[in-house]
Amino acid sequence: MPYISVDENLPGVRALLAFRPETATPIGALAEILLRSSDSLSRADRELIATYVSSLNDCFYCNHSHGEIAVCYLNGNRDLVDSVRNNYQDAAISDKMKSLLQIAGKVQQSGKSVSPADIINARHQGASDRDIHDTVLITAVFCMMNRYVDGLDAYTPQDMSSYPLRAKQIVEKGYGNHVFLQAQPDKE
Amino acid sequence: MIGAYVSSLNDCFFCENVHGAMAQHYYQCDTHFIDQVKADFTSASISEKLKSLLAIAGSVQQGGKKVTAAQIDLARSFGATDREIHDTVLIAAAFCMFNRYVDGLGTWAPQDRQVYIDRAAMRAKDGYSQSSLKK
Repeated sequence: MPYISVDENLPGVRALLAFRPETATPIGALAEILLRSSDSLSRADRELIATYVSSLNDCFYCNHSHGEIAVCYLNGNRDLVDSVRNNYQDAAISDKMKSLLQIAGKVQQSGKSVSPADIINARHQGASDRDIHDTVLITAVFCMMNRYVDGLDAYTPQDMSSYPLRAKQIVEKGYGNHVFLQAQPDKE
Repeated sequence: MIGAYVSSLNDCFFCENVHGAMAQHYYQCDTHFIDQVKADFTSASISEKLKSLLAIAGSVQQGGKKVTAAQIDLARSFGATDREIHDTVLIAAAFCMFNRYVDGLGTWAPQDRQVYIDRAAMRAKDGYSQSSLKK
């Protein structure tokens, strides 16, 4: 039950964004740039980083929301998303992505946990400055969003069928205040 | 103060000092007072409401699930509104982002604390928008 009075028809972070539209707008803009760019890192890569970090932070809502968005970008390959959550070193992803997930895992603990060896390894696998920057910032953003959602005990839907519906909406329309201003996606 | 406190828990020197200096400017206090709040807010000369919000911020820094209903109830008992509770959690969460961004990319931070104190008045006036951060 949320710690503040929010619209009970809105799930997870959406209810919090609706509570405070002034902070929702820049949060949505940041998400749109960081997760919907497809230069260097693909949209799937970006959502996989977000999903991985959210699973490390044990945030059910963010983990499954972004996991389902990644599934969309990966043409329905939910097994791949699960393998990244459970053991990315053995997942069918590039060595560059593995090196970036290693950095993400360190940032999730603390910015100071990142070592020069982590960065050298990523560069060795072909990561650019932009890739490294965006990996660190996506991780940092999700360390914020996971705390925002769980810190206010936002309503977390247990009906797993609702997550792919919201994911499809994001894939089609992106991030922004429409996620709480428009009707929530319903069963098709 | 919430930002400075969370940054101190995350051991991010740059953020701790930028925002500690800002709090010092707004409170018109000295550095010692800010350091006292960071070190042990429960015994600092701040309101019970702020103490209860800092406790929530401290829990958010550990993880969202560390915030308890009891902490929220206590904050409400001291007059905290939904907006104040929301903003406290989001500020704490935002600094868990900024601290990781700054330290995760290995940025440099001036070591002389006076540098931050000297800049606080200008930052308070100009704010944090993109264009103003180039100064």
